[in-house]
Amino acid sequence: MTGSKKVYATADAALEGLLHDGMLIAAGGFGLCGIPELLIDALVRSGVKDLTIASNNCGVDGFGLGKLLDTRQIRKMISSYVGENAEFMRQYLSGELELEFNPQGTLAERMRAGGCGIPGFYTKTGVGTVIAEGKEVKTFDGQDYILERAIVADLSIVKAWKADDTGNLVFRKTARNFNPPAAMCGRVCVAEVEEIVPRGSLDPDMIHLPGIYVHRIVQGPHEKRIEQRTTRKKETA
Amino acid sequence: MAEASKGWDRNQMAARAAQELEDGMYVNLGIGIPTLVANYVGDKDITLQSENGMLGMGPFPFEGEEDPDLINAGKQTITELSRTSYFDSATSFGMIRGGKIAAAILGAMEVAENGDLANWMIPGKLVKGMGGAMDLVAGVGRVIVVMDHTNKAGESKVLRECTLPLTGKGVVDRIITNLGVLDVVPGGLKIVECAEGVTEEELRAATEATIVS
Repeated sequence: MTGSKKVYATADAALEGLLHDGMLIAAGGFGLCGIPELLIDALVRSGVKDLTIASNNCGVDGFGLGKLLDTRQIRKMISSYVGENAEFMRQYLSGELELEFNPQGTLAERMRAGGCGIPGFYTKTGVGTVIAEGKEVKTFDGQDYILERAIVADLSIVKAWKADDTGNLVFRKTARNFNPPAAMCGRVCVAEVEEIVPRGSLDPDMIHLPGIYVHRIVQGPHEKRIEQRTTRKKETA
Repeated sequence: MAEASKGWDRNQMAARAAQELEDGMYVNLGIGIPTLVANYVGDKDITLQSENGMLGMGPFPFEGEEDPDLINAGKQTITELSRTSYFDSATSFGMIRGGKIAAAILGAMEVAENGDLANWMIPGKLVKGMGGAMDLVAGVGRVIVVMDHTNKAGESKVLRECTLPLTGKGVVDRIITNLGVLDVVPGGLKIVECAEGVTEEELRAATEATIVS
């Protein structure tokens, strides 16, 4: 197949030459849903350290980004919600780990903007709260807004359902979440997928993220752990 | 102590909050009592948003049918409906910030008479983060708070000023508690109705905020 230069055999190979200590990584996922679990495992094996990671959450103990906490490879998190994770709290309270809280929509937009050449944007989210401290306030049509800066990451790691060999991505259900904006904001983006399909087999009208944002692809089996298993009983007829 | 159990129970508060919803609305429900509101919408055509990237949220799946790729903002497994659509987080908060969501029904730790809301952080305790709450209260058309009127110590949660760090400033439109319904209006709060078995005097006595008549 021509043009399959983006496809790598393993997650470790897909990250080769892209890592350095102290780098900023944007990661997709919401909770444990749609997280790049293979690339996180490869980051653990690489030993890269002092990472700043922009990700909505930080996994759980022993899974997802929680694995990079266990190995002390993360220096700082940029997140909207953490604390499903005892090791996170221990490192944070002891001062080993830095944390920057972002409102969830602000974090998503910071990533999207970073990928779109927009260095900052004004939002009314957080006006009059601790989030606004130290940020420029501007009034538009009588309403106050705060200036938020875009995020441009050294590397993006995302998870999709399917890709073709040119990097066009299709996500599945709510596993899409932060993956497209995280992919867009990286200088380099590596995507892991459940299946790489032949070129031409994805409907061009149904591509969720065009391959221009995706530089390397790896296919692999995913555990896809469920964080909160909630069900209802079948009513008996 | 008795105050918190007076008036409406959790389900009655949720049922009262459901009366706020009108046919055709797109709505975001928070965690806790607000989640129960979905049980009381009846025949109304309401589309529930889950801010992790879904419109048209369905009920929990049957046992054995859980899908790890299909969760709500509380990370619980859910299902889709025939009307469901999925999108990314930036689009999701675009519709929230852009005022496309008609209403959010949220829990709270404190609400003040000027509409200030505190529901994300208690200094000195474990802080988990604001998630999408700050975006929701800043962006949606109408913010309705559903909560107990008083805390476990019997102190009012409906205050002149919030003491906890804010989620949003001047963002609350209506407060539904076990004791009744109050609206944020110029100068303070206006009593809309008292819960069953609660007198206006009892509601006023349990409220620290200024009540305007």
